[in-house]
Amino acid sequence: MTKGEDRKNRPGLSLHVPEPKFRPGDKVDFTHLAIPEAGDQPRPDESCAASETFPLCTDLVRVLDDEGKACGPWDPRLSPDRVRAILRDMALVRAFDERMYRGQRQGKTSFYMKSTGEEATSVAAAHALASDDMVFPSYRQQGVLIARGYPLIEMVNQIYSNRGDKLKGRQLPIMYSSRDHSFFSISGNLATQLPQAVGWAMASAIRHDSRIAATWIGEGSTAEGDFHSALTFATVYNAPVVFNIVNNQWAISSFSGFAGAERTTFAARAIGYGVAGLRVDGNDPLAVYAAQRWAADRARSNAGPTLIEFFTYRAEGHSTSDDPSAYRSAQEREEWPLGDPIMRLKNHLIALGEWTEEQHAEMDRELAERVKAATKEAEENGILGHGLHHPFHTMFEDVFEKLPWNLEEQSEQAIRERNIKWPE
Amino acid sequence: MAGIEEEPVSLAEAPVRSLSMIEAINDALDIMLERDPDVILLGEDIGYFGGVFRATAGLQQKHGKTRVFDTPISEGGIIGVAVGMGAYGLRPVPEIQFADYIYPGLDQLISEAARLRYRSAGEFIAPMTVRSPFGGGIFGGQTHSQSPEALFTHVSGLKTVVPSTPHDAKGLLISAIEDNDPVIFFEPKRIYNGPFDGYYDKPTKPWKGHPGARVPEGYYSIPLGKAHTVRSGSAMTVLAYGTMVHVAEAVCRDKGVDAEIIDLRTLVPLDIEAVENSVEKTGRCLVVHEATRTSGFGAELAALVQERCFYHLEAPVERVTGFDTPYPHSLEWAYFPGPIRIGEAIDRLMEA
Ligand SMILES: Cc1ncc(C[n+]2csc(CCOP(=O)(O)OP(=O)(O)O)c2C)c(N)n1
Ligand SMILES: [Mg+2]
Repeated sequence: MTKGEDRKNRPGLSLHVPEPKFRPGDKVDFTHLAIPEAGDQPRPDESCAASETFPLCTDLVRVLDDEGKACGPWDPRLSPDRVRAILRDMALVRAFDERMYRGQRQGKTSFYMKSTGEEATSVAAAHALASDDMVFPSYRQQGVLIARGYPLIEMVNQIYSNRGDKLKGRQLPIMYSSRDHSFFSISGNLATQLPQAVGWAMASAIRHDSRIAATWIGEGSTAEGDFHSALTFATVYNAPVVFNIVNNQWAISSFSGFAGAERTTFAARAIGYGVAGLRVDGNDPLAVYAAQRWAADRARSNAGPTLIEFFTYRAEGHSTSDDPSAYRSAQEREEWPLGDPIMRLKNHLIALGEWTEEQHAEMDRELAERVKAATKEAEENGILGHGLHHPFHTMFEDVFEKLPWNLEEQSEQAIRERNIKWPE
Repeated sequence: MAGIEEEPVSLAEAPVRSLSMIEAINDALDIMLERDPDVILLGEDIGYFGGVFRATAGLQQKHGKTRVFDTPISEGGIIGVAVGMGAYGLRPVPEIQFADYIYPGLDQLISEAARLRYRSAGEFIAPMTVRSPFGGGIFGGQTHSQSPEALFTHVSGLKTVVPSTPHDAKGLLISAIEDNDPVIFFEPKRIYNGPFDGYYDKPTKPWKGHPGARVPEGYYSIPLGKAHTVRSGSAMTVLAYGTMVHVAEAVCRDKGVDAEIIDLRTLVPLDIEAVENSVEKTGRCLVVHEATRTSGFGAELAALVQERCFYHLEAPVERVTGFDTPYPHSLEWAYFPGPIRIGEAIDRLMEA
C-alpha cells in the first residue's frame, strides 16, 4: 500500500481554535452556565478518599441563595462578627483597588492590578486559614494581605516604589512580600509558586510542624508545566497544601477555553492526580470560606492536598495596561449570574438583621478615608520617578548574601554616574 | 548554621584516606546530613538505590526516608519544591541526574531561586545546592555529555562550582551546602572514578595515588571563590576547571612548558586576584574548557584578562574549547578539546 494513496481516501482534519461566546458589542446570555441551587451540594467528610469528591468537581458548592440566606451542609455557621470582618476586609480591598487604580492614572506609579469581583476568593479564604499558614499567592491576592492586617501604608510604599518600600523599589507594583504575615514573595513568572508551595508544605511535614501551605493561581496559568509538577509532587508526598484556582474566565484577552475549559472544569483535574477537588461559587464568601476550611482541615490532619476551583469573574481589566473593551463584551460583567461578593454578603447580613444599609455606607466612607490617609502618608516617602528612591548601592545588594568584587565595582560605576548627573 | 570562615579546621590532624571523587562527594553529603538537620537530599533515583552514579549510596538507609528521598521525574518540580523548602528554612541539596536534564528546571533556578533574596529584599532565601554530573568523555552522546556552566554563570544570583579532585569536591560541596545562596555544583563525571589526562586511548587510572585523592576524614571546607594553583610556572598562565585541569596539566608536562596552571574551582564568584596575579607574572594566558566555544565561560575569562592585564600581555589570550556542535557520540574524541588542540594553542602562545 502506498502511503499517499491511502491518505487520499481519508477525511481532512480540522483544527479547533477556541472562541469565546461573546465579543465586544455582543448581547450576553449566560444561561448555558448551569448554576445549581445553593445548599444542594453534599459535603463529604474532610478525610474522604479524593475520588469521592469527583461529583463536587463538576457541581458548584454554594451557600448563599438569592435571598441572602445561608443554606445547606456547606454553611460554615460563622458568627456575625466574623461575617462582618470578612465583609469589611472585602470592602477595604475594593476601596484600596479604586484608589490605587486612580493613583496609577495620575502618574504616581507605573502599574496596578485590581481584584474587583474576586475579593471573596482571597479574603474569605484567608479567614479560613490559620494566620501562620504560609500562602504562596499570585498577583491578585491583595485580599490575603489585607485580611492578615498588613499595614496599608506598606502596600502603598511598595506600589509607589519609594524610599519607604520594604522591597527597596526592586519589584513591579503589587508584587508584595511579607514574611511576618506568612505571605511569600510574589513572582512575575506565572505558576512558579505552585511547586514552591508544595515544597514548603513538604518541609513542614518533614518537620512535624502543624502549619500548612495554600497557593493561588489564575485559570489561564494552570496551563503551565509547574501546575503539573506541583500536583504530582503534592499527591506523591501527600503534601499538606491547598491549591486555589481563581477561574475568573479571562487571562488578559484569552478566555478560559485556552486553558481547556471547553472540555472540563478546572476542579476535575484534581481527580486525575488523586487529589481532592471542589468547584465553588467564588462570589459566595461563605462558600469560599467553607471550602477553604474543609481543605485546610483535610491538609492539617494529614488527609492530603485539595484543589479548589473558584468560579468567578474578572470584573475589570487585567491591569492598568489593559483595555478589555477590545476583546470582550461589556455586558458580561452585568450579566454575570453569580453577582458581586460584597453585595451578596451585605444582603446576607442585612437579612440576618446584623447589618444595615446605613452601617454599610458609613463603613465605605470610613474605609475610603483610611485608604486616602495611607496614600497621603506614603506620598511623603515619594512616588515613582520623583527622586525619593533607595540609595543606588541598594541596587547591588541582595543579589548574593555578600557583595562580590564585580558587583562592588559596578556599584562604584553607578554612583559615579549619579554624581556626574547630579553633582552635590 | 555556621559560616565557613567561622570554623577553622586543622586538616593536619585529620586521618587521610585515598577516595574517588564519587566517594568524596558521598562523604561530604553524609557529613552534612549528620551535622545539619536542615539538610535534605532529593532527586531521581537517589534514595533507596543511591543514585545512578552512587553519589548518595547508603545515605537513605543511614539518615532516613524524610532526609534522603526519590522524586518524580520532574526537574522543574525538583527545583521548585527545593525553593519552597529553602523558604521554610531547610537546606535542600537536589540532584539533577545529568546536567543535560537541568533545562526543565531552569525557570525555577533563574527566575526563582536566583532572584528570591533580591526580590524579597532578604526576607526569603533559597539556600540550595544543585548537584549535577556534567561533561563528556564517557560516550554519553549529546544528552549525557554537556557542560552548560555558562548558562548559569550568566545569571545574577547563582554561584557555580566545578571541582577537579576528590579533595576539592568534598570541601567545596560542604561550603556550597553551607552557603546561603543557590549554588550549581557541577561534578565532572569523566573524573568521578579517576583523573583523566586526555589520552583516551590509554588505560584509565583510578584516583588512588593521585595527590588530589588524599581526602581527610571528617568535616572540612574549601571557601567558594578561591582558586587553586595546581602548579607554578613562569611561561604562561593556564585557566581551567574540572576535567580540563588534568588534561592541561598532562599536556604542559609532556611538552615541558613551564606553565602556571590555575584551577578556578569556582566560576562565580571568580577568584579574580589569582587570575590577575598569575597573568601579570607570566604575560601569557590560555583558557581551557570542554563546553562549546561561543559565549562560553572562556569568553568571559578572556575579556577579564584583556581588560585587567592588557599591558602585561605579550600575546593574545588563547581559548581552547569544545566545538560549537552538540556533543557527538561516535566522534566524541574529535569533539573533546584534547592534547592536540591544547598543544597547538600553547605553541601559538609561546611563538607570539
Ligand atoms: C510565565 C509567564 N508567561 C506569561 C506571562 C504574562 N502574563 C501575565 S498575567 C497573564 C495572564 C494570566 O491569567 P490568569 O492565570 O487567568 O490569571 P488572572 O490574571 O486572570 O488573575 C499573562 C499571560 C507571565 N507573567 N509569566
Ligand atoms: Mg484568569
